Amino acid sequence: MVKKVTVGTKICQALIWLVVILMTLSCLLPLVNMVAISLSSSNAVASNQVGLLPVEPTVSTYQKLLNDTQFWASFWISVQRVVLGLIINMFFVITMAYPLSKSRLRFPAREVYIKIVIFAMLFSGGIIPLFMVVSQLKMINTIWALVLPSAVPVFNVILMVNFFKGVPVSLDEAASIDGASPLTILIKIYLPVSLPALATVALFSIVYHWNDYFSGLLYMNKATLYPLPTYIQQLTVDITQVTDAEQLKQLATMSNRAFNATKIVVSTIPLLLIYPFLQKYFVSGIVIGAVKE
Amino acid sequence: MSTEKLKAASARRSQKKERLTFHLMLLPGMIVLLIFVFVPLLGSVMAFQDYKVGLGFFRSPWVGLENFRIIFTFRDSVQVFWNTLIIAFGKLVLNAIVPVLFSILLNELGGKIFKRAFQTIVYLPHFLSWVVLATVVTNMFSLDGPINAFLGLFGVDGIQFLADNRWFRTVIIGTDVWKEFGYNSVIYLAALLSIDPGLYEAASIDGASRFKQILHITLPSLMPTVVLMVALSLGNILNAGFDQVFNLYNPIVYETGDIIDTYVYRIGMVERQYSIGAAVGLFKSIISFVLILGSNRLAKKLTGSGIF
Repeated sequence: MVKKVTVGTKICQALIWLVVILMTLSCLLPLVNMVAISLSSSNAVASNQVGLLPVEPTVSTYQKLLNDTQFWASFWISVQRVVLGLIINMFFVITMAYPLSKSRLRFPAREVYIKIVIFAMLFSGGIIPLFMVVSQLKMINTIWALVLPSAVPVFNVILMVNFFKGVPVSLDEAASIDGASPLTILIKIYLPVSLPALATVALFSIVYHWNDYFSGLLYMNKATLYPLPTYIQQLTVDITQVTDAEQLKQLATMSNRAFNATKIVVSTIPLLLIYPFLQKYFVSGIVIGAVKE
Repeated sequence: MSTEKLKAASARRSQKKERLTFHLMLLPGMIVLLIFVFVPLLGSVMAFQDYKVGLGFFRSPWVGLENFRIIFTFRDSVQVFWNTLIIAFGKLVLNAIVPVLFSILLNELGGKIFKRAFQTIVYLPHFLSWVVLATVVTNMFSLDGPINAFLGLFGVDGIQFLADNRWFRTVIIGTDVWKEFGYNSVIYLAALLSIDPGLYEAASIDGASRFKQILHITLPSLMPTVVLMVALSLGNILNAGFDQVFNLYNPIVYETGDIIDTYVYRIGMVERQYSIGAAVGLFKSIISFVLILGSNRLAKKLTGSGIF
């Protein structure tokens, strides 16, 4: 079949390329600008000359950052939080999703449990009562406040339930007849075939714990205990204290913008490092998640 | 006893054992949900109290619906409710249209490598937090930032987008669409892959132009997915995006930008009027819960599938 290529279709094609490229650039260029700001001299930043390339390139803010003890203290808190939060999240996702993926016949109580889990996903008491509970449990200013309230990632549990349901029951039954215990079946059969789904859930959990600033803001009342995103958030918090437009303008041109940009860039690097893996898995994660419970 | 009976008995025993293991596996998770979801839910009773930290849930005086009466007489709270609805509605509409358009356009392009590169870039903002992106957005929309510079070319005077009540909501909606359109297009791109190529072949033999094919094949094939996504997001109409607004707003734009969640945070956690904050939060939770159940039912009715 020979396609007729008219001038009209060529223009159309060109327009489509143009729109897609512009939309893509809109996502990329603001981030490039941030990196350029971090690598420019503070004078150039203050006088707003920085576009996509560093002006008067310098790594002075990066050198300064090396000696910024609070930044690295917060960075370390975030690393601990991600590791601890990841372990806790994975434990609950696996231990909850496995029994919940069983059929009603095999595990009748499942119907009650799944309703509890879905209710927990949909209804929350709001931040104030939650804060009261966390504070009653004496977890304020401890790392537990950052990982325990979000210990059961309900959405990911459902995602994993849907994945486990896709594992052929015959595998399970064969092992069961051979006398394998449910735990053995979970570890020897289910987990090995679920690696992509587990990777998806693990990556979501890492991203959540690395990015979440709000728990830090809510539960830590000393700035020295802030995880990294909360620390970064506080750098820009001045903006919420502003009461007139003139002040806002001044803040925007403050000379520590280059230094703040450096902190933001460095805080994002760990995410960029795992981004290739994220991209590999999250598409399948979304598709599994879309399967209805 | 016959061997069959013995076998049946041992099967029952092992079934019992299996179920017990399942209960035990679920136990820790249920305890966590009890403590961090259900106890706070009970704690919402403080919305009906004049909660004092020193007195706790048990000894704080009961005030009935007084807190709710107070909320509804605040002029602020009516404004906050509207702001939430307007922002969430704008996001709902554009977060459906833009990703659909993007996925259709991307699908029209040849060249696998380019497509993949474009996807890699547009998915990225979804994974960056609003803490980081707030700074990026502030840079873009500042008085001497690139957007004002661009508008300057057409003789438009500088606009303080983030400190101007005429613009703030537009910026909030626009930047949210910007952050999420790539990620939201994933599901549509998957749906596009499942369209039967035979349909396009038949159409082009019949002489239908590419545009006509999009109009009569691609769009109708995407519609069920679009309807499902929109119906599901209706349940989120009271979530206008706390993280985004919280990191971008300032007192100048409270009038148009303050939403229920930021209001609860300020009233409850900053001004420490715990009961009033909890009352607003509870009010929102109840309406949201009803909306989510409703939207899920709607999605099931329209497309045959929901999230639960």
